[in-house]
This record gives sequence, structure tokens and C-alpha cells, in this order.
Amino acid sequence: MKTCYSIPIGPVHPALKEPVMFEFEIDGERIVNVDFKVGHVHRGIEWLGMHHKNPLQILPIAERICGICNISHPFAFCIAVENAAGIDVPDRAQYIRTIIAELERIHSHILWAGVAAHEIGFDSVLYLTWRIRESVLDLMEYLTGNRITKATFTIGGVRRDITKDHYPKIRKTMDFYKESFDKLKHVFLDDKTVQLRTRDCGILTKEDAIKLCAVGPTTRASGVKKDVRVDQAYAAYGDLDIDYITPDILTGEVKGDVYDRIIVRLLEVKQSVEIIEQCLDNMPSGDIMAEPKVAKLLAILRKAVGEGIGRAEAPRGEVIHYVKLTGQETPYTWKVRAPTYNNLMPWIPMLKGEQIADIPIVAASTDPCLSCTNRVAIVRDGREQIVTHEYLHKLSVEKTRRLMR
Amino acid sequence: MTSKVLSSEELAEQIKERFKGKIKEVKIEKRAVGVKKKERETLWIKADKDILKDFVKYLMEIEFPHLAIISGNDLGKTIELVYHFSIYYGRKLREVSINLSVEVSKENPVIPTICDLIPGALITEREKQEMLGVKIEGIPDGRRIFLSDDFPEGVYPWRRDETGPDKMVRDLYEVKEE
Repeated sequence: MKTCYSIPIGPVHPALKEPVMFEFEIDGERIVNVDFKVGHVHRGIEWLGMHHKNPLQILPIAERICGICNISHPFAFCIAVENAAGIDVPDRAQYIRTIIAELERIHSHILWAGVAAHEIGFDSVLYLTWRIRESVLDLMEYLTGNRITKATFTIGGVRRDITKDHYPKIRKTMDFYKESFDKLKHVFLDDKTVQLRTRDCGILTKEDAIKLCAVGPTTRASGVKKDVRVDQAYAAYGDLDIDYITPDILTGEVKGDVYDRIIVRLLEVKQSVEIIEQCLDNMPSGDIMAEPKVAKLLAILRKAVGEGIGRAEAPRGEVIHYVKLTGQETPYTWKVRAPTYNNLMPWIPMLKGEQIADIPIVAASTDPCLSCTNRVAIVRDGREQIVTHEYLHKLSVEKTRRLMR
Repeated sequence: MTSKVLSSEELAEQIKERFKGKIKEVKIEKRAVGVKKKERETLWIKADKDILKDFVKYLMEIEFPHLAIISGNDLGKTIELVYHFSIYYGRKLREVSINLSVEVSKENPVIPTICDLIPGALITEREKQEMLGVKIEGIPDGRRIFLSDDFPEGVYPWRRDETGPDKMVRDLYEVKEE
């Protein structure tokens, strides 16, 4: 019997919100088995919220659960508390929430596209995509005052209005993304080398995606129609004309590989632009908050008894928060579930059978930003060799170069 | 079972009928949102812990359910586990969230695994073991997932009793590495 090597990768990856420790069993170049360990930055955020913070104080914490999904977490938390306390959100606030959430999706998906390009050694494409991403960050700064952490959501509505004065700049930015879409599509989907690196690589079958409860673009790229925005009415999504994005829309077939995940994300950028335009066209008038006085809102929340869940579709998939209120200052229970939590298990079928050089792109394809595997230790005959992220990245780039020859 | 998409009322009736005597409470929550006031439907079910597996099987007869997460509450004498399922995803605006709540006693906090039915439940079951001190019977992989290996045994971060982390947080200097 051949002996397998065991390669631990991680846990520290500088660009990653969630450090993950991988342990690969390797036979030659092939990955035989995968195991992972998470929790290196478990900050006990839920415990902090349950024991020391009232719901309004939890909002800024929820916003900092994830730097990139900094809207999705407050979004789900607000819905959960509103459900538990029976607060109705004004229609106008629902539309503003939708616009802000879709802006986040545009920036996140384009960020991911750049990271994916970097993983396979196309740094010029990384610069191109991140240059394109700048416009949406500028627009967010213009609308909310911040490029990243928007501090826009509050329980019962939003804190900042989007008025008619803002429309021209929003529309101009959306036009820019419509123009950029064809460019991005050409760069990613028509390139032969990208196809060689991503087609039939890191496959997740539809059956596995359903059984392992995968969410977001990862599951949709495997042909599972699951998107909270279409599945159930929340915010303004119930009013809008939207549909599930699966890769067969473009190619007529579903393979569930990395290439399909690129397709889904690119098409979703286009969909987000359309959603924002629909929201601007149909924006209702009225208040933006159910209760503008903070003290009054806190009094309502302090008296509220009940439990609620909030689901929202983050760029990476479904976010769900569970809140139980028992008429006290702090919630009795606050449970947060981010999309990467559910997308951990699908890594196993995706990575099995692939090559070491494919680890970065396959792991990154679920968009955990797990690309900067900065330190790898290879255990060979019981002796440990430390391999740097640069080396692993070099392997990936070399594979691309080989294929281009 | 029929392939017809059931409303939350019909689902509630069916569940009451099927698990007679084992269901303590069924609550239907409906929230209308947006200008068009489209409804979002959620079912809250409190039930006996014996029916857990049969309940999952029942959902699987309808459609393979999506398990979002299992959350938990320390209720004093018992620990409540809330299984957040959803079915009918993939049908526009028809998804129904189903939250099944079961309680286990603190003396014997044991609940069977559902990993054999829904393999994707593994991570959340591992989390419940370490955070709430619940024993998941038959779990294929019972290691810790989020807590580090040197975290003290017998401390469960989500408990509100003496096994909770309050003392540990207060007297951090006393915590010794194992």
C-alpha cells in the first residue's frame, strides 16, 4: 500500500475573515482526503450580545462579524428582532435596505473575481477587477458616509435616506457596471487558460450541495435553486422581478465546477444592478424608521417577549440569525450563522481528487476568501517542512503557465 | 406524499395529525412585507424530543429540507434545541421556514444525531456538543470544532448555570492550560 503524505495548511491566512486549518492527505499530487479545523478567531460575539448588550448595541457588533458582509449580518439581525418584537418596517426603508444590500453584493462579487484571478496567477486581472470595484465603494461612501462599514441599518428601518438628489450618481454608477459587465465576462469566461484551470475542477454535485446544506452561489453553481431573495419575501425582494441564477442560463448545462461558480457570481453582479434600478424606479415615499426616537425604541425592545429568525441572502449565501427576547435589557439568546459555516462541508467533495496546485482556487471558489494560505507545513516521514504561502501560490501560477504553453 | 405545495396552515394540520400527542404547540407566523405585501411564512413547533428523527424523515418525504442551523437555549432545568429547517426553496416566494424546538433535560442531555439523514448537520451538531454540553448520540465525528483544544473541559459557553463560562470570564487568571 502506498503511504500518503499529510499536509496541514493554515490556519492563518491574512486576507481571510475566518482562518481555517486544512489537513490534506496526499498521494503524489492527488488529494485523497481533507479535514479542517475552524474557530481560531471565535470571538464569543454571541455571548457578548446575550450577556452585555441591548439589541441596538448589538447592531454595531453584528456589523463587525464580517468586514465584507457588514450589511448582511445587521440585516438578518434586524429582521430577527423585528419578528420577535412585532415591529413593522416602513416600505421606503425596505427599498433602501435592498439597494444597500445589493451594492454590497456588487462589491463582494467583484472583489472575489479579483482574488480568483490572483489565485491562478493573473494579477493584471486582479488590478482590473479591483479598479472596477472602486466605483461601487465610492458610491457607498456617497450614500452612507463610509466605504465599508455602512452603519445604515437600525431596528425598524434605516438611519439614512436615499433621496432624489442621490439618484443621478447611483444611475451613473449602475451604467458603468453595465458597461463593465461585458468586459469582465470576456476576461473571465472567454479566456482559454481560465477555462483550463477552472473547468471540471472542484466539482460539487447537485446531490451533495443539497445534502450538505450548501448555500449561496456555491449551491446555485451546482444547479440548486436556493436564494433567500427569491424564496421568501423580505425587504423589497417580494415586489421585484428576480429569478434564481444558475450557470445553465449562460451555458445550457450545470457542471458544478469552479467555472460555473464564476458564471453565477458574474451574472449576479448584473442582476444586482437590475435590482437597484428596479428599486429606484419604484421607491415608495414615507418614513424610513418605525420609531425614530432611540429611547422609545429601546423601551419597546425591553418589553418585547418572543423569538424570531431573520434570513437574508448575503453575497456568499444565506445568513440566519435567531433571537429570543424575554422582556429584559439583553436578548436571552442570539445565534448567528454565516454562509461559510454551511459551505465548509462541501469543500471535502470539491477538493478530493484534485491536485495540490488546485487547492487555492478550489478553496477560494466558495468565496471564503481562503486564498492567502500563508503558511503550509508538509509532514514527510514524520519530519515537518514549512512551506510558505508564496510557494503554494507559485505552484498554482506554474500550473497556469504550463497549461498556457 | 403529494407533490402539491402545501400552505403553512396545511403543513401545521398535517404535522399535528401525524405526530399526535407529541406536539406541544404549533404557531404560524406570517409577515407581509414590501409594497405588494407578499407574505413570508414561518412555522414554530414545540415537540417531544422523541419525534426528532421521524420529523426529519417526514420533511424528507415532502422535499429534502435545508437545515440552516440548530440554535439552543439554556432554560434552567432543560436545554432547548431549535432546529431551523426550510422547505420549498426553489419555488418563488413559497419557502416555509420550519423551526422545531425540542427540550432535553440537564441530567441526561442526549439527543440522536440527524447526520445520517442530513449529512450537512455535522458542523452544527459538533457546535452544540461543545457550546451547550448536549450529547449527540451517534455523531460521526464528535471532536470540538470552534473551541480550542486547551479550553477547559466541562465549561459550556452557552449555559447559564454553574457550567457556564461566567466564573472563567471573571477569574481569567485562574484558568490553567490543560
